[in-house]
Amino acid sequence: MGASSRFAADGCAADLSRRHLLRGAASLALWGLLPGRSIAGTRDPRLLVVVLRGALDGLALAAPVGDPDYERLRGLLALPRDGAGAGLPLDVLFALNPAMPTLHALYQRREALVVHAVATPYRARSHFDGQDVLESGLPGVGRLTDGWLNRALSALPVAGRAAPQPGLVIGAVVPLVMRGAAPVLTWSPKVYGLPLAHSTAARLMDLYAAQDPGLASAFAKGLEIDRVGDGMAAAPAITGTAAGPVVAPQPATAARAQPAAKPSAPFRAFIETAATAARFMSKPDGPRIGVLNFDGWDTHANEGGGLTNRLAGLDAAIKTYSEGMGAAWKETVVVMVTEFGRTAAVNGTAGTDHGTATVALLLGGGVKGGRVLTDWPGLAPKALHEGRDLAPTLDLRAVLKGVLKDHVGLGDTALAEQVFPDSTSVGASRDLIG
Amino acid sequence: MAALDAVTALRRFGLGARPGDVKRIASDPRGFVLAALESPEAARLDSADLEPSHVVFVEQRTARIALKAAREADAGAAATARSAGLARPMSGEAGPGDAARMGAGGPGMRPGGETPKPGALMREAFRDEAAARLQRALTTDSPFLERLVMFWSGHFCVAANKGPVRGLAGAYEREAIRPHVLGRFGDMLKSVEQHPAMLIYLDNAQSIGPGSQAGMRQRKGLNENLARETLELHTLGVDGGYSQADVTNLARLITGWTVGGINQGKVEPGRFLFAPARHEPGAVTVLGRRYDGAGASGGEACLADLARHPSTARHIARRLARHFVSADPPPALVARLEASFRDTGGDLGALARTLVTSSEAWDAAPRKVTPPYDYLVAVARGLALEPPPPELLRVMAALGQPLWQPPSPAGWPDADDAWTAPSSIRERLRIAERAARMVDRMADPRAVADDLLGPALSAATRQAIARAETRAQGFEIMAMAPEFLRR
Repeated sequence: MGASSRFAADGCAADLSRRHLLRGAASLALWGLLPGRSIAGTRDPRLLVVVLRGALDGLALAAPVGDPDYERLRGLLALPRDGAGAGLPLDVLFALNPAMPTLHALYQRREALVVHAVATPYRARSHFDGQDVLESGLPGVGRLTDGWLNRALSALPVAGRAAPQPGLVIGAVVPLVMRGAAPVLTWSPKVYGLPLAHSTAARLMDLYAAQDPGLASAFAKGLEIDRVGDGMAAAPAITGTAAGPVVAPQPATAARAQPAAKPSAPFRAFIETAATAARFMSKPDGPRIGVLNFDGWDTHANEGGGLTNRLAGLDAAIKTYSEGMGAAWKETVVVMVTEFGRTAAVNGTAGTDHGTATVALLLGGGVKGGRVLTDWPGLAPKALHEGRDLAPTLDLRAVLKGVLKDHVGLGDTALAEQVFPDSTSVGASRDLIG
Repeated sequence: MAALDAVTALRRFGLGARPGDVKRIASDPRGFVLAALESPEAARLDSADLEPSHVVFVEQRTARIALKAAREADAGAAATARSAGLARPMSGEAGPGDAARMGAGGPGMRPGGETPKPGALMREAFRDEAAARLQRALTTDSPFLERLVMFWSGHFCVAANKGPVRGLAGAYEREAIRPHVLGRFGDMLKSVEQHPAMLIYLDNAQSIGPGSQAGMRQRKGLNENLARETLELHTLGVDGGYSQADVTNLARLITGWTVGGINQGKVEPGRFLFAPARHEPGAVTVLGRRYDGAGASGGEACLADLARHPSTARHIARRLARHFVSADPPPALVARLEASFRDTGGDLGALARTLVTSSEAWDAAPRKVTPPYDYLVAVARGLALEPPPPELLRVMAALGQPLWQPPSPAGWPDADDAWTAPSSIRERLRIAERAARMVDRMADPRAVADDLLGPALSAATRQAIARAETRAQGFEIMAMAPEFLRR
């Protein structure tokens, strides 16, 4: 990754970052002072982006069980048509992995949209370049100073508010997608239960303001989120298993599935991360746009059990977040994306190698869900990309543009030039939201 | 600038000054850094407490088999036992020596209290290794050597959160990285790609040639993970000029590179094993060169060629400069490193010397915020503290850098501001507070700051420390000053 523009080696860097600092400080001061701004009759959209790092196997999450080549390619990893371990039906072609009953319930309530055979413009198979393209929003590998979500934040209309709210990162490191000029807050757990002395913090702020704007900005935001976090009520109850009652009555089809595996320790982190995101984003004056990562989807070997378990963890995180958002869920869209998919066929070690097209998920009360959105290319040998991967038929940027346009309210020009540079030819997907 | 060199030597090329260090090396800071290159043996880390990876592997595998056998044996008796109110038989308390001895007992052994669980064994090995690694970092007199170990360990990273790698990660670094940090890149490359930890981490241990004996019999086959990362991350770089066909062919060439199991008799368990029955027969072409498919030598020849490839020289030069100097390093520095690597055939001692003797590496302004590991070590070294390793490990993980557990095979991020997330910088103040409470009550923060950072301290920082309300606050400000956080 390249250096942030903040540290660019030109002479005006210091001034630039001081301006950013001031803008950040202003919005921080306002956050918490302004009354809740759900002005009657206006929408107050929330957007959470979840980056699934490691290349999620879209054919395992939403399996094309009706495709004539599915069982041949997937072998032992294929979901059975019926009986134990069968997929949860989505439509005539697709079934959802049975580890995800919450997602299925949301789908039945038309609050989950599965987008399939989708890919970023990246066509090679490096995780790191793939993630860079996914997060930078560029047509290819290139400049890595800022990400599309941060640029979207910068382009947000400020009508009805004094300044856009800072973006929220749950984690100790800001991912590329949220890096950039717009102010960003991060939340990570405290390392010691020590109260920070106000006097020390104030002295450090003075010191940083005088000689290190980058540290000044980071430190100020860190203190602010600490204050807000401490002032907040206890976290929403963290529900432990994906098999418990869902927001809606458990549909009959979900009951047919085997009980999902109880998330073990690494997946508890998924749930706690989701709970924290909901705690901030459900606040009337909290951040509106957030990002978090769930890692570990690189299933090269023995994909069956490990992936099922991880999908159960993801499902539990979805449940936690959707419940934690409370009334704000109806104005929320969660976008789940991964850098690319995996090979259509199982490899030699009961796993899958790096591929191309995969799924993206849109969840939330704001989504026109209950359907699988795809121009399905099929899994026939000739249909596969380079003879091995699910072929992409939809540009992921179109989906992201559709969300940013219809949910968040960004204009076509800002989307095509600022948020996703050089993407005029990629039109925003319609009818995702509403 | 010369006065600053002593601070740069200890920050940029070291792990932070200890009391007296800056003065001690002030007459010849570059000589101090270069002196570390004279004793390659000092990079090694051996101790009677630390077990070789093959021993840890065998213990873990044996315990797993014993546990499985015991579970099966218990299955019938379990109901009776539970109704009689007996506790489930298990123990995580036995020492690693017990496990090695019980290896002879084999699978039939009942876990009556002396059989450790495989997970507990892995965690114990990890704890011992982590403690030794941290101890070395806190006390070493050749910090540059340790920084080189950390760089190469990150370049060829494995991740402790993948199955048995937890127990092998420390031994991997001691066996495959440390002996070669001043040696030849090609030797390190071969050691790394044939080490059980790497073969397991990147799945090659399971990869089987589809046309091999085992492949024909089991309908199993290729896994290209290690081959891809070898080309993309370890050698050529993602723009180094390889294709998907090169990835697949290299994967074929290294089929059969696996880890000796405990029941295979003729091989040493837990060590690198070339399994002919899994190896894809036939010659393959990688980057336009044909390699004989027979034996492990084809893959080894290919690795040797990759180590000498000009793209590898460029890739390594860039990574090294980005790691030590800046994410946007001076082009002249990168060019000199690249030439050094290429012209010496990957002599890593010469490469390190080139870095240290390049004026650009000393003159660049300190931009990189230290990663959490380096920060904690620098605080402890500077204030002469001896924090317990478990506490350090916990704090590092909370700051986003759990030891030997990078987020991906690409290792830790190297951007200058990768570690400046707001809550993470804020938590450094909590660390500084905690450290300041442990410092000798009579120590003077002005004197300590002058001793550790003297020529690098700005007037504003000096003043902020001098005007602190308490001595503790003075130490906190020093440990949070830009001069301390960046290098």
